[in-house]
Amino acid sequence: MARQQCAVIGIGQTKYYKKLDVSLDGLVRWAAQNALDDAGLEWDDVDAIVLGKAPDALEGVMMPELSLADGLGAIGKPIHRVHTAGSVGASTAISAALLVESGIYDTVLTVTYEKQSEGNATWALGGGRSGSQGAGGSFAPWIRNYITKTDAPEHIGWKVAVKDRLNALRNPNAHLQLHDISIEKVKESPMLWDPLRFLESCPSSDGAAALVLTNKAGVERSGRPAAWVIAHQKRTEFTMFPGRDTVMVKAGVDCAAALYKEAGITNPRKQIDCAEIYVPFSWYEPMWLEGHLITEEGDGWKMTDEGATEINGDFPVNMSGGVLSSNPIGASGMIRCLEAANQVRGTAGEYQVDGAKVAMGHAYGGAANYFAMWLVASEPSPSF
Amino acid sequence: MANAPSEEVAIVAYAQTPCYRAYPEAEPKMIMSLVNQILDEVKIDRHSIDFTMAASCDYLSGLPFAFVQNVDGYGAWPPVYESHVEMDGAWALFEGWVRLQMGDIDTCLVVGSGKSSPGTPREIFPLQMNPYYGAPLGIDPVSLAGLQAAALVDAGKATEEDFAQVVSRSRRDALDNPFAQVKKDVSVEDLLKEPYFAQPLREHDLPPITDGASAVLIARADKARELCDKPIWIKGIDHRMESNNPALRDLTDSVSSRIAAESLGIDGASFDLAELCVRYSPEEVVLRQSLGLSDDCTINKSGGPLCGHPVMATGLARVAEVARQIREGQGQRGLAHAASGAALQQNLLCVLEGGA
Repeated sequence: MARQQCAVIGIGQTKYYKKLDVSLDGLVRWAAQNALDDAGLEWDDVDAIVLGKAPDALEGVMMPELSLADGLGAIGKPIHRVHTAGSVGASTAISAALLVESGIYDTVLTVTYEKQSEGNATWALGGGRSGSQGAGGSFAPWIRNYITKTDAPEHIGWKVAVKDRLNALRNPNAHLQLHDISIEKVKESPMLWDPLRFLESCPSSDGAAALVLTNKAGVERSGRPAAWVIAHQKRTEFTMFPGRDTVMVKAGVDCAAALYKEAGITNPRKQIDCAEIYVPFSWYEPMWLEGHLITEEGDGWKMTDEGATEINGDFPVNMSGGVLSSNPIGASGMIRCLEAANQVRGTAGEYQVDGAKVAMGHAYGGAANYFAMWLVASEPSPSF
Repeated sequence: MANAPSEEVAIVAYAQTPCYRAYPEAEPKMIMSLVNQILDEVKIDRHSIDFTMAASCDYLSGLPFAFVQNVDGYGAWPPVYESHVEMDGAWALFEGWVRLQMGDIDTCLVVGSGKSSPGTPREIFPLQMNPYYGAPLGIDPVSLAGLQAAALVDAGKATEEDFAQVVSRSRRDALDNPFAQVKKDVSVEDLLKEPYFAQPLREHDLPPITDGASAVLIARADKARELCDKPIWIKGIDHRMESNNPALRDLTDSVSSRIAAESLGIDGASFDLAELCVRYSPEEVVLRQSLGLSDDCTINKSGGPLCGHPVMATGLARVAEVARQIREGQGQRGLAHAASGAALQQNLLCVLEGGA
């Protein structure tokens, strides 16, 4: 039997916040209940559950599918746990889609979360060793390399930081609500990892995100707006080796190329209406525009500079405010995937891109060596 | 509910490391040795594998994102299509098997690995319990196995002698398993003379601390026949969860195993052999009953996890063992079982058959 069509019919999010006063069970159930309500389904309608999060050590709970099983209504059901570093949220959405596309399960609930307030992410991101350089410290030299290679002006990073925070003001779930954000504020914020300033970096957030995925029959039964999953890919490469290109990362290039091929897309900038891309540090917007073949090498920063990635631009990026405005790490990739789904379902509220029919959700992780991406569309088989 | 699979998928090759008490080198090295062994056996190149599924646990390594290093063991240049579960390798097999159902790719390499020796499992494993009212009490799989054993004895479903019989038979069988860590011809009488460890369990009712890895290569039907002479067919995989709160469970039964068996539509009496994830001897008593295995069914001919328990690879090793036993002619139809969590909280069943 060929691949079954699969669609998002339910989206659930918690609010994203520095410290949510809720148990871990309460956190995941909050997002899951919202997703089920959105889908018009009950807990009994769920055939299988897929859980994702980044390292267990962040909250000190080992293999949390065991202790969250009760809260997620998983008793007597299959529950499966994904972990692919920062890309995990998108990887989890894709693993959940596989369960439906394979024909083995009809309706799947997938949930991702992180409660950063329970631990110290920078400690964990350094592999649990002291003196961690954190994620920004790992990425800063590669960002500097990008700037050197492309002659990008310094203000590009500031522009992304402002754009995503302005978008976040339209999203009631977003953690950062910086009403007075400006280029000057970003520029004057403390330097953390040259060239990254404080306001060019993502926050530490608590939060959870959830999706209900189902097959064609499930979509018809629900009567709810559907975001059809038309393609998804994952790629991984070694963390480091001599000659590794850390700007045009081959795993990211290969992943995007395979994704577009699978969907029949030949001109991503024209044929994809908007994208939610994992941008935890401002410069990753132009870097991934190039690194995922949306524009030519060296032109990504020009797209940002010209306003193409603004919400009314020709290729809007991170309409919800993105990772720069909310970063519950394990959930962040799923938030990208579900915000892409919101756009094509027409349920993105104040940050809806008019007429969005095809959208991309994306995440990366590790030493920028894990990639997971999906494309969702308002129709099950759009032609390009 | 789970629907029937649409694609025939088979195990083409399998490999496991010895169950080391302490493997002195890095985890990726164990993985690499298995991957190379499998590639040599089926005579294909690393780059012709379509999909890779890995399984490991950060907490065992004591290192957040430890699994990232394991990529070095199975090779990722040029970049590979790959994913990772923080679960036993049997669940990585589940996801790989699901992926092959879509019919567009042919092969999936599945690897599970773990090193328990560097850490202190009795301090780490309580973290699998509810973080608010379970973990702070220090409840761990050992203490819960003791409670499970006591519940079985209290219910009249088993005796301490039954547990010792499981251990005696397993250790004797392990004498023929080159990968086993603990192996000995020891009588039930002698075992029962040992002191209690977690009453009514004795230390030999527990698994040895083990480092190790296991791997299997699976493929869709045509590719499987091309790559090997005796494909071992995966007839179905199902897994189910129970409550994390032991007070909400009947510890003398494995409800989730039974649900998985019903979902797969299997009759326990139909199996020639089974490899069960018996980490604590009472678990065999529980699983035999809940799965309805017949007395003719050979259980844990390898010695099972009581003789070597490479956490995160143990369940996948059961699959590899069943495949090996079928391929070597010890039976035609086998059941592999994997478990996660304390007192069989989560269970996976994989039905395997020989034949062209």
